Amino acid sequence: MSDVSQDNGNGRGKLFGGDFDIKRALLEGRAFFALIAIIVIFSILSPVYFSTSNFLTMSSHVAIFGLLSLGMLLVILTGGIDLSVGSTLGLAGVFAGFLMQGVSFEILGVVFYPPVWVVVILTCGLGALVGAINGVLIAYFKVPAFVATLGLLYVARGVALLMTDGLTYNNLGGSPELGNTGFDWLGFNRLLGVPVGVWVLAAVAILCVLALSRTPFGRWVYSTGGNARAAELSGVPVKRVQVLVYVLSGICAAIAGLVLSSQLTSAGPTAGTTYELTAIAGVVIGGAALSGGRGNVRGTLLGAFVIGFLSDGLVIIGVSSYWQTVFTGAVIILAVLLNSIQYSGRKTQQASSDGKTTSPQSESATERSPVSGSTAGNAGTQS
Amino acid sequence: MSEYVTNQEEALGKVILSARNIAKSFGNVHALKAVNFDVHYGQVTTLFGENGAGKSTLMKILSGVMQPSSGEIVLEGEPVRFSSTTEAQRQGISIIHQELSLAPNLNVRDNVFMGREIVGKGGVDYTEESRQTRQLMEELNEPIDPLTPVEDLRLGQQQIVEIARALSINSRILIMDEPTSALSASEVEVLFRVIRDLKSRGVSLVYISHHLEEALTITDHAVVLRDGRMTAYAARAEIDLEWIVRNMVGENFDLGSPPDGYAMGDAVLSIEGVTVPDASVPGRAVVDDVSLSVRAGEIVCIYGLMGAGRTELLESVAGRGDMAAGRVLLHGENISRLSIAERIEQGLVLVPEDRQRDGLVQTMSVGENLSLASIGAFTKGLLTSRGREHHVVRDSISNVHIKTDGAAASIGSLSGGNQQKVVIGKMMATHPRVVLLDEPSRGIDIGAKAEVFRLLSEGAAQQGLAVVFSTSEVGECLSIAHRIVVMSRGRMAAEFGVDATKEEIMAASGEAVVA
Repeated sequence: MSDVSQDNGNGRGKLFGGDFDIKRALLEGRAFFALIAIIVIFSILSPVYFSTSNFLTMSSHVAIFGLLSLGMLLVILTGGIDLSVGSTLGLAGVFAGFLMQGVSFEILGVVFYPPVWVVVILTCGLGALVGAINGVLIAYFKVPAFVATLGLLYVARGVALLMTDGLTYNNLGGSPELGNTGFDWLGFNRLLGVPVGVWVLAAVAILCVLALSRTPFGRWVYSTGGNARAAELSGVPVKRVQVLVYVLSGICAAIAGLVLSSQLTSAGPTAGTTYELTAIAGVVIGGAALSGGRGNVRGTLLGAFVIGFLSDGLVIIGVSSYWQTVFTGAVIILAVLLNSIQYSGRKTQQASSDGKTTSPQSESATERSPVSGSTAGNAGTQS
Repeated sequence: MSEYVTNQEEALGKVILSARNIAKSFGNVHALKAVNFDVHYGQVTTLFGENGAGKSTLMKILSGVMQPSSGEIVLEGEPVRFSSTTEAQRQGISIIHQELSLAPNLNVRDNVFMGREIVGKGGVDYTEESRQTRQLMEELNEPIDPLTPVEDLRLGQQQIVEIARALSINSRILIMDEPTSALSASEVEVLFRVIRDLKSRGVSLVYISHHLEEALTITDHAVVLRDGRMTAYAARAEIDLEWIVRNMVGENFDLGSPPDGYAMGDAVLSIEGVTVPDASVPGRAVVDDVSLSVRAGEIVCIYGLMGAGRTELLESVAGRGDMAAGRVLLHGENISRLSIAERIEQGLVLVPEDRQRDGLVQTMSVGENLSLASIGAFTKGLLTSRGREHHVVRDSISNVHIKTDGAAASIGSLSGGNQQKVVIGKMMATHPRVVLLDEPSRGIDIGAKAEVFRLLSEGAAQQGLAVVFSTSEVGECLSIAHRIVVMSRGRMAAEFGVDATKEEIMAASGEAVVA
């Protein structure tokens, strides 16, 4: 048997939809159905919910979480976690605001006003730096990811507060004389009627899909999360992959920080507080496993939309912000519950199809290939 | 029933537990088909069979892990039904799985009494637990201190702790699934002594092993399963190794002979004075000044006991772990400073010993596992080419004869032998010149074993591969290897040609010659 025509195992295949199977679609598409349900329910409850303008507004909110979630997805796929993204977002916004106010060089006696594209590059560089510190601590100094990124969560937030003395930059518009206008274009403005932030999210998502499905790096990410030892012995540069995913996560957070401060036309040092948790929630609702190796961009985007559309919907129908928090939490728990039901379902299936191996199997393959033929028989009774 | 008397003398050899017409199906897969199986009082019954023959399924049914689809279990004349392992344990049936179920962070005492702590007035009565544990250990002639953390024990000792735990709940029937697969010969001796001891105390044992010769030395009855059916049954006195193998595979089996009829090339791999320090004991070396040179087309077997340094030697040659001294030359070039990835690129690959831990990515499909080490071969610029990956994967599947539903099948759906072939296929896809294999036959059935050896032998003869494989089964040394190197305590103890005898090899490894 050498049928390779359907070579789209875990993750890669799902990114593009692949072939459909009702049961799999229902299970895997639960984030999608949740999103549909949310839209239907809120459309009934509020007449303003179901409108293009509202969807665009909500999408521009989702863009922030979505960007963080995509970076988080890369990290979680390798089996790590990045708690520092919310703080990095805040720090990036403040840093951009700081640059927009002009950088004065006292020795030269001049004030330099960098153009917006330079601000963008420098801010992304800062995000990458935070990520690189995370990655090096985790990959080379063996600091547990949870602890390393928790530390950076505090450090980045603290630096942001120090930079502004706790104040907020409100003047991000720049001025034509100084040649630094255009900051509002990053998130506040619209392109073809769609908020720029949403375009940014779409672009980053496409890059992530390509990176995960069509580059060696993507395969390295999945294999590092699936079994780092086996990956290393197969020649995968596991440590470099680990550093790189945190760098990318940091850059995603910096981009989110730019988009957010452009949307708000202000940059405050406390922006993005607890957003790391929302980002993790998005990834988890999207069906990724926190243990690594499983997950995809499509699910993660759906997860971000579920959270965004839910919380905005609650605002629109006038539910108190306290209740919003409760609802959001409940949805997260429900999502994880479904995850574990799915996994335990697979385990039972596995107990029957494999006696020895205890690690979870590749979902797509398990569900796609019905238990039949001699291989299944062999595996079923392995002694 | 009067037939099942309690008098030990009379009871010896009587059937204590039997499975009658047991069938088990998973969906439309029939793992067991009307199997009859008897366990004899105070004796060892060994279950032989290839991977997938149904051994583990049968044992899981006897120990309450799963329930049969049909048929019944009769314990001392009474039909019984176990809905859980706890229920089976209450009836005196315990199973010791291949992967031990001890908590390594806890000490021996706490492991023995895990879940059944003796509670006194002031909480857990540790004194009493310690006393009982010590007594159990003494009975087993293995005086391990009850307060030793389990992680500090050797694997063989850990197994004895498991046995002690089973005894402490008064198990009368003990099922052992592949207990010796990771033990050294001396540890196996200890285990066998314990088993004989248990027999004399009236404990009945069921034993599963891939080490056929070893199992023959301990068993009283042999049952052979093939494809879910019982194909043969006999008392020990009536059978020999050949009988088992014949019934297991249905034909005579041979692990091959060294390929010949071609000229070997120059030395491809040269290992010079490699020394690897022991991570846990400073100053000690697990590999001590080992030198070895392998020519193109040559197959070298490294034989040694557990802990002889085989794995450490092969891993350090492949680039994992630190060498304290020595160098590794590939085609005369020093590659000691290269990373694993760079060594793979230069044509040196390792098929690791533990395929679950080091060989396979369980979350990825068969195809993705197969192509993992050779991504470069189907990458153009930044992107991978699916078409070319299909080629790599398809070639691998057919080259190493993997039985799979397709490249998209999950790794877990393959049998152990096929999983091993995936690991081998993955490394072969990088077109290596030197292949190191650490215990390539571990935990796979005899048919798959022969196939793996045939692949290696073809690779050496047709492609001029230099092959180094390690083994702890002396029979395997005398199959396809042109040269046999024996390691003992980190050193090279001896070197033999094709005409070596098992006795010579085992003596050189420091193993007691089995009488």
